[in-house]
Amino acid sequence: MRGDDLQKRAATAIVWLLLIGAPYWLPAIGGYTELGTRVVVLGLAAMSLNFLLGYTGVLSFGHAAYFGLGAYGAGMTLRYLVPSTGLSVIIGTLVGTIAAAIIGPMIIRLRGVYFAMVTIAFGQTFYFIAFRWNTVTGGDDGLIGWTRQPLNLGFATIDILKSSVAFYYFVLVLFAVAVGIMAWLLRSPFGRTLLAIRENERRARFLGIPVDQHIWISWVISCCFVSLAGALYALLNNFVDPRTLYWSQSGDFVIMAVLGGMRSFWGPLLGAAIFVVLQDYLSSQTQNWMSFVGLFFVLVVLFFPRGVLGIIRRRATA
Amino acid sequence: MTQLVLFNVFNGLIVGAFYALMALGLSLILNLSGVINFAHGGFLALGGYLAYMMIPYVGFWGALVFAPFVTAILGLIVERVLIRRVYGRDPLYSLLLTFGLAFMFEDGTRYIWGAQSLPFQVPGWLMAPLSVDYFFLTGYRLFMVLMVAIAVAGLFAILTYTRLGMRIRAGTLDLETVSVLGVNVRILRNLNFGLGIYLAGLAGVLAVGQLGLQPTIGTSLIMPSFVAIIVGGLGSLPGTLLGGLLIGVASGVTTVFFPSATEAVMYIMMAAVLLVRPRGLLGEEGRF
Repeated sequence: MRGDDLQKRAATAIVWLLLIGAPYWLPAIGGYTELGTRVVVLGLAAMSLNFLLGYTGVLSFGHAAYFGLGAYGAGMTLRYLVPSTGLSVIIGTLVGTIAAAIIGPMIIRLRGVYFAMVTIAFGQTFYFIAFRWNTVTGGDDGLIGWTRQPLNLGFATIDILKSSVAFYYFVLVLFAVAVGIMAWLLRSPFGRTLLAIRENERRARFLGIPVDQHIWISWVISCCFVSLAGALYALLNNFVDPRTLYWSQSGDFVIMAVLGGMRSFWGPLLGAAIFVVLQDYLSSQTQNWMSFVGLFFVLVVLFFPRGVLGIIRRRATA
Repeated sequence: MTQLVLFNVFNGLIVGAFYALMALGLSLILNLSGVINFAHGGFLALGGYLAYMMIPYVGFWGALVFAPFVTAILGLIVERVLIRRVYGRDPLYSLLLTFGLAFMFEDGTRYIWGAQSLPFQVPGWLMAPLSVDYFFLTGYRLFMVLMVAIAVAGLFAILTYTRLGMRIRAGTLDLETVSVLGVNVRILRNLNFGLGIYLAGLAGVLAVGQLGLQPTIGTSLIMPSFVAIIVGGLGSLPGTLLGGLLIGVASGVTTVFFPSATEAVMYIMMAAVLLVRPRGLLGEEGRF
């Protein structure tokens, strides 16, 4: 038992060391800092999705909606309201969270495939709003004409606009906060209750646990951190594309979580890293990268349904 | 004004008929096998492109007969090789699998036939307007509605009167019992999948006559089909039909009064239905 605990801590320490050192070791192996930032941002999105998918056992296929709302919230704050990066992140996160809180009661009673279908369909609503409301959102061309602003801390200013390394650390700090909160929640009685619901919903209900309420809270938390990831994604690109809201983006998040391993906390981050690097490579090599990504989905489902970390863990126990 | 509203209601009805035809196929597969087939739109596009390839040899009518059949056979093969492997597993995996397939279909059609829209010839006499006042009543539009009506009637006849249809309906309610009674469930699911894909192929041939050939044609039709199923109620084929027609007409009417909400209106309808009646209009209580 204690050895297991030690191993877990060592793994966590290694993950953080790798993340903190990324701007230094990435260029050495042919990467670049923006790629690292993308991994961290999309990894945060996939880990937030996994809070719901892996730890509550609820299949959401519409998380791109809240990712995109966070992105538009942040972008539109910078474009129309105030040139403040901090405020844009807060507003972006709030927009996605509030939308999720409102939609929540309509969907929490649904389960399985039905839940997935309804979340996808709701996601499309926001896509069409962003796509059609040209004057405000920029429509198909995306939201342009703004950039992230240097971070003003009162006593010092950090130029996260020009320095991609500084921006990486800005993202990493927010990532750490979000991931820390999620890990803490999962260890709390609330998180244990979510696991109980995942394992046996009927039994949890008989024990007097308000299941629907727990799923709603878990859904809102998950969407909150996905919106945060979306806001950071907008800042990373200095641009918001309506396709961040599109249902195929939701599929990308789910495959990241599955690929890394849904039953492990860090799995989705690993999945995001593999997916981002693969997509980056394929889209530079071939025009038909979509086919290869599709094939990749099929192969993962057929041969790696437990994800990379799931396989490693099973090897270790066997 | 009346004419404009009438035109858009009629147009909405046609669009709705497509949604319904596609959604019925999706619904068949979902009800029996619990698989949401994201690749349904891919099969639809394939049906259209196959018809395009066949027309020089067999003409429009021949293509209308053969293209959906070839699509259905491809569907049988895809089910046999891939979809079958995820039955009984977490629905997550069937979603991801068909999701990947949808990507491959869209990119594949683009690779083979190009990204540009291709012209699709339907017989000239079908394209002529039938009335001067109601210019929108072209023969092809009426023909499409008629074809959808025939296909739907045929589907319900198969389900009601044939042994296969009876087994499909029984399997939808309790697959295990059907299996115990000596029905080969693997073959049943395979044929059911093929039937669903046949409808997608047929919808594809009809759709490209109106909308032209584009690789993205399937992807743009799949979401409304989901909404049709949710609005009509999961597990109910008549519900799916009703849902498709309703959202079609709703977006048709919205086009007149508030054009930019044409697509959004069906999602708002879905939200309203879910609030008032979570199981959908004709859905059974407690099935999902």
